[in-house]
Amino acid sequence: MSSQETPEENLPAERADDEHAHGAVSVADEKHPFADPGLPPHEHRIQDIDERAAKRSERTVAFLFTLSMLATVGFIASFVTIPADKIVYIFPLGHISGLNFALGMTLGLALFCIGAGAVHWARTLMSDEEMTDERHAIAAEPEVKAKVLADFKQGAKESALGRRKLIRNTMFGALTLFPLSGIVLLRDLGPLPEDKLRHTLWRKGLQLVNMNTNEPLRPSDVAVGSLTFAKPEGLEEHDHDFQTEIAKAALMIVRLQPDDIKDKRELEWSHEGIVAYSKICTHVGCPISLYEQQTHHVLCPCHQSTFDLADGARVIFGPAGHALPQLRIGVNDEGYLEALGDFDEPVGPAFWERG
Amino acid sequence: MSTTTTTDSRSREKAPAGEKIADWADGRLGIYSLAKANMRKIFPDHWSFMLGEICLYSFIIIILTGVYLTLFFHPSMNEIEYHGSYVPLQGQLMSEAFASTLDISFDVRGGLLIRQIHHWAAIVFLAGMFVHMMRVFFTGAFRKPREINWMFGFLLFVLGMFTGFTGYSLPDDLLSGTGVRFTQGAILATPIVGTYISMFLFGGEFPGGDFVSRFYSIHILLLPGIMLGLVVGHLILVFYHKHTQFAGPGKTNKNVVGMPLLPVYMAKAGGFFFLVFGFIAMLAAVASINPIWVLGPYRPDQVSTGAQPDWYMGFAEGLIRAMPGWEINFWGHTLVLGVFIPLVLFGLFLGILALYPFIESWITGDKSEHHILDRPRNAPTRTAFGVAWVTAYMIMLIGGGNDIVATHFHLSINSVTWFVRVGFFVGPVIAFVVTKRICLGLQRRDKDKVLHGRESGIIKRLPHGEFIEVHEPLSQEALHTLTAHEQYEPAAIGPAVDENGVERKVKGPQKLRAKLSNAYFGEDNQIPKPTAEEYKEITSGHGHH
Repeated sequence: MSSQETPEENLPAERADDEHAHGAVSVADEKHPFADPGLPPHEHRIQDIDERAAKRSERTVAFLFTLSMLATVGFIASFVTIPADKIVYIFPLGHISGLNFALGMTLGLALFCIGAGAVHWARTLMSDEEMTDERHAIAAEPEVKAKVLADFKQGAKESALGRRKLIRNTMFGALTLFPLSGIVLLRDLGPLPEDKLRHTLWRKGLQLVNMNTNEPLRPSDVAVGSLTFAKPEGLEEHDHDFQTEIAKAALMIVRLQPDDIKDKRELEWSHEGIVAYSKICTHVGCPISLYEQQTHHVLCPCHQSTFDLADGARVIFGPAGHALPQLRIGVNDEGYLEALGDFDEPVGPAFWERG
Repeated sequence: MSTTTTTDSRSREKAPAGEKIADWADGRLGIYSLAKANMRKIFPDHWSFMLGEICLYSFIIIILTGVYLTLFFHPSMNEIEYHGSYVPLQGQLMSEAFASTLDISFDVRGGLLIRQIHHWAAIVFLAGMFVHMMRVFFTGAFRKPREINWMFGFLLFVLGMFTGFTGYSLPDDLLSGTGVRFTQGAILATPIVGTYISMFLFGGEFPGGDFVSRFYSIHILLLPGIMLGLVVGHLILVFYHKHTQFAGPGKTNKNVVGMPLLPVYMAKAGGFFFLVFGFIAMLAAVASINPIWVLGPYRPDQVSTGAQPDWYMGFAEGLIRAMPGWEINFWGHTLVLGVFIPLVLFGLFLGILALYPFIESWITGDKSEHHILDRPRNAPTRTAFGVAWVTAYMIMLIGGGNDIVATHFHLSINSVTWFVRVGFFVGPVIAFVVTKRICLGLQRRDKDKVLHGRESGIIKRLPHGEFIEVHEPLSQEALHTLTAHEQYEPAAIGPAVDENGVERKVKGPQKLRAKLSNAYFGEDNQIPKPTAEEYKEITSGHGHH
C-alpha cells in the first residue's frame, strides 16, 4: 500500500522530523574522530500512519491465535482417536507413527502460532520508537566503600575473632573436620578394586560355549574365515551377574592356518590353528566385532583400534595401547574346546595397577 | 488520621481487581519498587542477542518434558523379559530402564513425542549455548563487568554436556551403554585413583546393577539443580549489567538504546519461547531421535557399528580416537597416556575458554567497563584465536566421526585419522593466520570507506575522457559507527635502565605480557583508525582518490 492511498484522517497530527537531537550527542576527540550525531529520527511504519494497515495486522495476529486454538483442539482429537500403534505413510518421511506425527504437528502448530502472533503484534503494532536508559558504574562510590569497610571492621572487632585465637582455631578445626563425615559416607558406594580386574570366570577345564547356539564348541565347529563368539560354560543370560561377567569373559575364536601364525606363544596356546582372544578392546573396553578374513585383522567399531590376530593380536592401528589377551585352549576328553586356565593378564582397558 | 483512612479505603474500593492484588503483593514483596526498575527496562535489538534466548527456552522445555518422562521411566537395571507391544523385542532380556523407555515410546500416548522433544531440545540447548558463547566471545561481550557471567555461561555449557551424557545413558540401550563403557575405560586410565573411582561410581565392576539409578539422580536432580541456579544467576546478571549494544549513532558506553521490556520484549521474547517450543515439537513429530528399539538393550559383549555420541560429546570422542595408544609401564604400574592425555586435553581445551576474559584483560591492562560490543574485525588477534579454537574443535568433531566420514566419502579410516592427528595442530595455526589477515583486510576497507566514501556504482566520464567511479561520502552516522571502536597501544616493557642508570629487572611475566600485547595491538596487528585530519585532507582535495 503506497502512502498516496493513505487517507488524511489516518495520518498522525504532525510528522515528527525534528527528533534528530534526541539521544546522546558527543563531539569529536582524539579517540573518536567523528562526532556522534545522536539517535537517528524515528521512522514510522505503515501501521503507525495507516489505520487500515494496523487493522490488517490485528487480523493477522488474531488469525494466528485462532489457528493455535484449532491446533490444540486437533491435538486432543488426535490423542483420542488415533491408536498408538497406527503406522502411516507420509511423504517424504516414510512409514511413521501416525499418533506421534499428529500430536507433534498439532502441538507444534499451536505453540508456533502463539509465538508468531505475539512477535507479529510486537513488530507491527507496539511502539518501535527507540528509547534510552542510562547506565551507572557498577563499582560503589568511595563513601559507600568506606562505610562498608568500617562496618566490617566493627563487626569483626565485636566478634573478637581476631583476639580470641582459641575460639578461632578450634572453630576452623571443627569446620574443616566435619565434611570428612560426608566423604566417609561415600565409602560404601562400591567395593575396593583389589584384584577384581585381574580375573575372569575362565579357569582350567571350562568348556567354550557358543554364544549364539548355547552349545559347547568342537574344533570342527570353527571354520576358517569365520568369527565365533564364546562364553564360559555355566554362565547363563538369566544369571544376575551375567552382564558383569560377560563384560570380562567374552571371547572371540577364529581358525587360522597354523603356518600363518607368526607369534610363537600364540601358536603354543592355540589348538589346530584355533585361537581364542578376549573380545574386549584394550583401549576403553568396547567389544570387538569386525573381522577381516584375508588379513586376520580385527577392528573395534568404536574407536577403530585394529589388531593382528595372526601376530599375537598386537595393535597395528588406532588408539589401543596393548595387544588383546589370549586364552590358552585345548580339547577335553569329549572332544570339546576347553580353557587351560584364566587369561594371564587383565582383559579390557588398561589401568594404573595393571603393570 | 481518620480522614486518611477513609480516603484510603475508598480509593481501594474503586481500584480495579488487578491493582488490588498488586497492592496486596506489594505490601508483602515490594513488587512496585522491583517493577519500577525493570518493567520498562530497555533492551537493545540485534539478531545475535536471541541466541541466548534459544538456550533459555530449550532449557525450560527440557525441564517440562523431563518431569513428564520421570512419571513413566523406571531407573532400574533389574533384568526382565520384555512383553510389551513392540513385537521384534518380545521375550528379550533387558533392564527395566530399557523396557520402560520402550513403554514410553510405544504404549504411552504422546510419550514418544515428549521423549523426542526432550532429546531434540537437549541438542538444541547445547548447540545454542555453543553459538551463544561464540557470539559473546567474538564481540568481546565477556569483558568487564561480565567476566563472571561468562564463567556462569561456561559452567552451564560444561554441565549441560554432562547432563546430556547422563541423560542419554539412562535408557540402557546398546549405543548408550557403549558410551558408558567408554567413560568407564577413560576413568580407569586416571592414574592412582582410576580403579577406585570406577568401582565407586558403578558400585563394583562394570556395568554392575547401579549406574542407571545413580546416573538418574545425577541427571534429574544434581546437575539440573546446579544449572537452574546458574541460569537464574546468569539472568540476574544480564538484568543488572544491562545488555551490551553495538556502536552506532546515539549509542554510548554510558547508555543502552532499544525497546522496553513491557510491552515489546514481553511479546517478542515471550513469543519467541513459543516459536522455539513449536519448532522443536514439529521436529519431534517428523524426525526420530535415539530410536532405542532399533539398537536393542545393552550387552557389554555386543556393539553396533557407527557408534556415535550426541554431537556435543563428539569432540571428546575425537580426542580419544585420534590419540596414539601410548602406554608406559613402570614399577608394576601403567600410565595409560593414550586415554589419559585426551582426558586432560579435554579439560584444558575447554578451560582455556573459561579463563580467556582474564587473560585478555591482563594483556590489555584495561580496568574500565565495556558495554559497546566489538565488531570481530576490530579485535583481529582475539577473533583469530577464537577461530583457531573453533577449528581445533571442529577437527576433533570430524575425528569423533572418523568412521562415518570414512564410509560416507569412501576414504580410508587410517587416512582420516591421520588427517585429524595432523589437522589438530596445523589447522588452528592456518585458521589463526587467515582469520587475522581477513580481519586486517576488513579494517583497511573500513578505513578506506571512511576516508574515500562508499562506491556508488556510478561511472563518470571526465571532460578529458578519463572514466572514474564516483565515491559517495558516508553519512555522519556511518562515519561515527565505523570509527567508534577503541584501539589499545601495545604495552611497553619500559626502559632497560631506571632513572639512576641502574639496570632494571624485567620479570618474565612482564616480558610475556609485552609480547602478547604487541601481538594484539602492535603495528602490524591492527590498522589505526582514520583521524579527523586525514579525513579533512582527503575531502578538501576534490575528486582525487
